[in-house]
Amino acid sequence: MSDLIRRDPRKEWIARNRLHPQHQDVLAEQGGGTKAFEWMGPNGVMRKNPHAVGFIGPNGVRRIDRSGAQQAAQTPGRSAETKDTRQRITIDQPAFMVAVVPDMAGGRLSSHDRDLLGLARQLADADPSQPGAVLAVVFGEHKETAFGEAGADRLLHLEGERFSGYLPELKVATLQGIEREVAPRFWLLPDSTLGGGELGRRLAARLGERPAAQVWQVENASASPTGWRCTARGAAGRDDIIRALPRVVLALAECADPVSETRHAAEPISLSQGLPDVLGRIEDLGEVAVDPASVSLAEAEFILSAGNGVKEWEGYHHAAEVLGATKGASRVAVDDGYMPRDRQVGATGTWVSARVYVAVGISGAIQHLQGIQSCEKVVAVNLDEGCDMVKRADLAVIGDASAVLAALVKRVEQYRAEQQENRNAA
Amino acid sequence: MPHNATSSTPGGLNVAVLVSIGRHPLTARTRRADQDARAVEMALTLDGASVSLIHAGQQEREHEEALRGYLGMGIDTVNLIQQCPQADVVPALADALRQGAPQLVLSGARAETNEASGVLPYLLAEALGWPIITNLAAVEKVEQGMATVLQALPRGKRRRLRIRLPAIATVDSSAPAARQSAFGPARRGALEHLDAASDIDEALAAWQVQPARKRPKRLKIVKSSSARDRFKAAAAKADGGGGQTLTDVTPEQGAEAIFKLLKEEGVLR
Repeated sequence: MSDLIRRDPRKEWIARNRLHPQHQDVLAEQGGGTKAFEWMGPNGVMRKNPHAVGFIGPNGVRRIDRSGAQQAAQTPGRSAETKDTRQRITIDQPAFMVAVVPDMAGGRLSSHDRDLLGLARQLADADPSQPGAVLAVVFGEHKETAFGEAGADRLLHLEGERFSGYLPELKVATLQGIEREVAPRFWLLPDSTLGGGELGRRLAARLGERPAAQVWQVENASASPTGWRCTARGAAGRDDIIRALPRVVLALAECADPVSETRHAAEPISLSQGLPDVLGRIEDLGEVAVDPASVSLAEAEFILSAGNGVKEWEGYHHAAEVLGATKGASRVAVDDGYMPRDRQVGATGTWVSARVYVAVGISGAIQHLQGIQSCEKVVAVNLDEGCDMVKRADLAVIGDASAVLAALVKRVEQYRAEQQENRNAA
Repeated sequence: MPHNATSSTPGGLNVAVLVSIGRHPLTARTRRADQDARAVEMALTLDGASVSLIHAGQQEREHEEALRGYLGMGIDTVNLIQQCPQADVVPALADALRQGAPQLVLSGARAETNEASGVLPYLLAEALGWPIITNLAAVEKVEQGMATVLQALPRGKRRRLRIRLPAIATVDSSAPAARQSAFGPARRGALEHLDAASDIDEALAAWQVQPARKRPKRLKIVKSSSARDRFKAAAAKADGGGGQTLTDVTPEQGAEAIFKLLKEEGVLR
């Protein structure tokens, strides 16, 4: 269907004219085929059908919305797709480049990365007559699709087998190649423990630039040689150092607002020269298996949490072992003595930051939901479709907890067996 | 385990630890720096390693007290390379390391005073041409010029790396805690003074240093045209946004969906 709204002046006129013989038909047509709730009675009096007014709200209660939004809600074809009002910006001939190397933790742009892209936009867009372009440099595989929305004009994606694992020396050599070819005006990296913080310091040492670490504010300053001034934390967070913005910047989270009002091209580019061959002096032997039970709940990456809905506790413990998940519990499960107190998740227990949080039989008291605020993906297994945990969850399965857990264990064991077979075959 | 780390190098492993003057976060008194003390602890737990401590700075009474904190961990001497207060210590340290030729250099990830940018180990690695690794958690074994070490990752995970020696490794707060400093050894230990030319760090003069300001809190910005949307955003309960709900499915179908998500997120190993 075309997005253009076609006006029919004749129909509009009929809709205004209550005495027109086709008035009712036109009204019904314009209302998207719904029942007309107002019509002219036989004696010329306006009659209303109150049952046709309004809409049924999410809780099954009839709602009458007088803000005018309801009119739009009645015509699903038009308003369901909210129009993207963000301005699309393409920079063909940038005066300079600002390079950002996001961390891409978990293969997606983190909020820290987005803040950094926002800062890069500030630096690039300062002079409208000479706009710069923001270049995002991404290593390895990723799942992100919204680089343009986050503010990147160019995207350099270095993929392939070579970029998987811990390869700081190869990455620095690649960034050096980008420096030679693109010569960005600024290099921005997130000052995170592993990833940007390390890579940025390596890059600065390699380029011979003195970086500014722990930058949390960047301002315009005509007096400084680069035109910008930054405020950085020093002395373990006790001092602020105000200095001219150097070429290599390691910025903290919330150093700038993320881009929200514009969309950018995120045009893929590639390096004309081949990638450098680096003599690897650091060899990655892979991650070491750690016992998930020994990981503290606050640090755990993957938590299988049990609540009142769990009846078969042995099945739950077995599932946690098979999945390799750290065990958590809701307050009820702890109070009933099924789980130890140090496993309690929530405002009165531990605030967790897991990447994946599976809540089995937990309805989601507000204290519990507070405790899992910073979890990225929440999976709920519950019998009650209307509970708060299901509303919070990214994936909710309505069903009996023990049956779903048993099926999940079976599926994972099957997957493990397949993997083992593949390994044996290879 | 660091206690079992063995060295097959004849004469033992030569380890240098770079130590700095720390500052207590509350009382602001000088002390041994926390991360540097952890680095010393890690060097001391290496089997058959000869440990030497290097500090580049000024000879002052307060600083001496802090350095004696390291001596109290069971070290005989600290090599104190004398530098003037505004000096860039990288050339002096690089010279000292070149002369001492240690196989492994340990240091804290970041200082507790002055700029504390944490770049110094990287600059040394670049100047000496040695590899550098961060977040060292344990040294497993050293043999034939290669060290197998564990690197601490977030979320309590560890990564095993093999690194060619000589190398630099930084230690941060994920490493084992440092032992207590004993008073007697701290008094008995000696500070050996070494003279070296100081390079003045000129950039420091242009900087303005002030006590840290509290960072402004970011406000939740709701961008919408109508009051109804703004009200909904303000009154909304936390929801996942676009969450998928599976009703009327068999346990197997539900388990399949969960399994798919777990695999996508890469938490199944």
